Amino acid sequence: MSLKRPAKDQPESFEFNSSSLEAANKIISKYPEGKQQSAVMALLYIAQKQNNNWIPLVAMKYIAKLLDMPYIKVYEVATFYSMFNLSPVGKYFIQVCTTTPCMIRGAGKLVEACKEKISENESELLPDKNCSWMEVECLGACVTAPMMQINDDYYEDLDKEKTLEILDKILKDEKPKPGSYRGRINNEPENGRKTLMELKNA
Amino acid sequence: MLKDQDRIFQNLYNDLGSDLTSAQKRGDWVNTKEITEKGRDWIINEIKDSQLRGRGGAGFPTGLKWSFAPKEVGSRPHYLVINGDESEPGTCKDRDILRFEPHKLIEGCLIASYAIQAHVCYIYIRGEYFVDGQKLQAAIDEAYEKKLIGKNAAGTGWDLDIYIHYGAGAYICGEETALLESIEGNKGQPRLKPPFPALIGLYGCPTIINNVETIAVVPSILRRGGKWFASLGREKNTGTKIFCISGNVNNPCNVEEEMNIPLKELIEVHAGGVIGGWDNLQAVIPGGSSMPLIPKEKCETLTMDFDSLVAEKSGLGTAGVVVINKDQDIIKCMARIARFYKHESCGQCTPCREGSGWMWRMLERMAKGEASKDEIEMLGDVTKQIEGHTICAFGEGSSWPVQGLLRHFKDEIKKRNNFDPIVKETQNIPYLVDQHLLDKNA
Repeated sequence: MSLKRPAKDQPESFEFNSSSLEAANKIISKYPEGKQQSAVMALLYIAQKQNNNWIPLVAMKYIAKLLDMPYIKVYEVATFYSMFNLSPVGKYFIQVCTTTPCMIRGAGKLVEACKEKISENESELLPDKNCSWMEVECLGACVTAPMMQINDDYYEDLDKEKTLEILDKILKDEKPKPGSYRGRINNEPENGRKTLMELKNA
Repeated sequence: MLKDQDRIFQNLYNDLGSDLTSAQKRGDWVNTKEITEKGRDWIINEIKDSQLRGRGGAGFPTGLKWSFAPKEVGSRPHYLVINGDESEPGTCKDRDILRFEPHKLIEGCLIASYAIQAHVCYIYIRGEYFVDGQKLQAAIDEAYEKKLIGKNAAGTGWDLDIYIHYGAGAYICGEETALLESIEGNKGQPRLKPPFPALIGLYGCPTIINNVETIAVVPSILRRGGKWFASLGREKNTGTKIFCISGNVNNPCNVEEEMNIPLKELIEVHAGGVIGGWDNLQAVIPGGSSMPLIPKEKCETLTMDFDSLVAEKSGLGTAGVVVINKDQDIIKCMARIARFYKHESCGQCTPCREGSGWMWRMLERMAKGEASKDEIEMLGDVTKQIEGHTICAFGEGSSWPVQGLLRHFKDEIKKRNNFDPIVKETQNIPYLVDQHLLDKNA
């Protein structure tokens, strides 16, 4: 359970734009008739994407109406899942994994880098709304630890220096290259791979 | 070491490409029609013969699970749900299947759906794996285009639709009934069992839920025979498994190996050894964060399979091996895991909701040496109060790692926290004891 509070400043109205609506209808059609409520998470994602990466309360009301379900049930879902942002986050939203497998490989240094470059506190927006960071639980890339996620992309095999470089780029509003920062394209051992050798050399 | 030709995931490292043409070259989709023509009973029996056990953590026999699906489809349709909500710290195997071997998964979905008579399959992927999910979606689109799924999928005469459903950052949704709640558009809180999902699952319909890796190995088993799969590993712990080796090793990696491989071989041969040498090893978490750790002495001879790890009071879980060396503070490592569980508890059952935070706070104090002697016993008590008193296995998952720490590193905790409590008790009343059990023992 994560502690989340809706933002104080809420917009007055929200509506899906045409491309969002099209995407929403496509998703609703994936589920059996009468079970359109199943699409609520996907629709919250769409709303979040349309609204600068956060979900205002009016969007929840809009989705509730669209899916013919009680507003409070949408609210319940939006507050339960940690990936729905209920208050504004940066255009570059940085999530640093600090769970044990990352921690023992130095995730603390990544947090240090974020504190130095972005803000002392988590979830604090820079004045230009460009960037914010927070610690999160395991992101499922333990073999390439330590790592962080910026918007949809994973940045893996990091250390403090590389993190600082990435953050510098972001602060200049450039998108850094995702993936491993030690040049891995996968989760193979970096030195002395012992398996599937013929394929490697093929 | 397992021979390369016995490895199921030939493209684990993406040497060959994940697209359909490359996948077909590796043997995917080659004779799907012939496999299904042998019939449902043959498929289920072959999986039973292979002794395949679920790869998601609990290790339940897959063939048996499939046989629980009703034989006849009644008024309610059947569903197949694939659990790709991989969130267990230390585990990142399903991600590689989603992005590099999607066609193994999709073909497995078709065969499994045919076996349990489902026409719709939902693949639940954790929200953070959005990019990898897109790769799977591309593979699904490709399969639709080539008529491998959809109407009369791959010429089998069976209709199948596959949809991806993204999670949104809740570890608990990896629990099968919480996952169903999540697909239904609710918050992910586990259901009471029984009824089991095989009879009353998604939308109240018969539903079979399998892990990504379980389903992805199914086509290879049916092609090469259940006997071949059963010949790898050992009795009841057969076949191959993707191990994720992370933490303090020189070359952290994913590798597919035979079940029952010695842990030392896994670490030394594949992961390049422990940082600082084998003697610098402190402990290993053998199966993702919810499995109790194993101290170095036992790591020498330990073999990695379901039953041999249970014998060590741990478990294979998801086979996410986290290696912790002596440079790390073991209490702090476990405190961080406790924090993870505190964050991820869904809040439905009181012992877990309150207990997970309690364990975390105590462990944080113990790491700093701020706890008193009596708290060590209290911590053990709390874990016992959570374990077995919750709806789902999260209770066990959160308390077992703490119990493992207490089992193997009690001296370390005592050394650091060796002062008397500020308030001394005048009576010796254990802090938390099941009163009804006390009477029985009296």
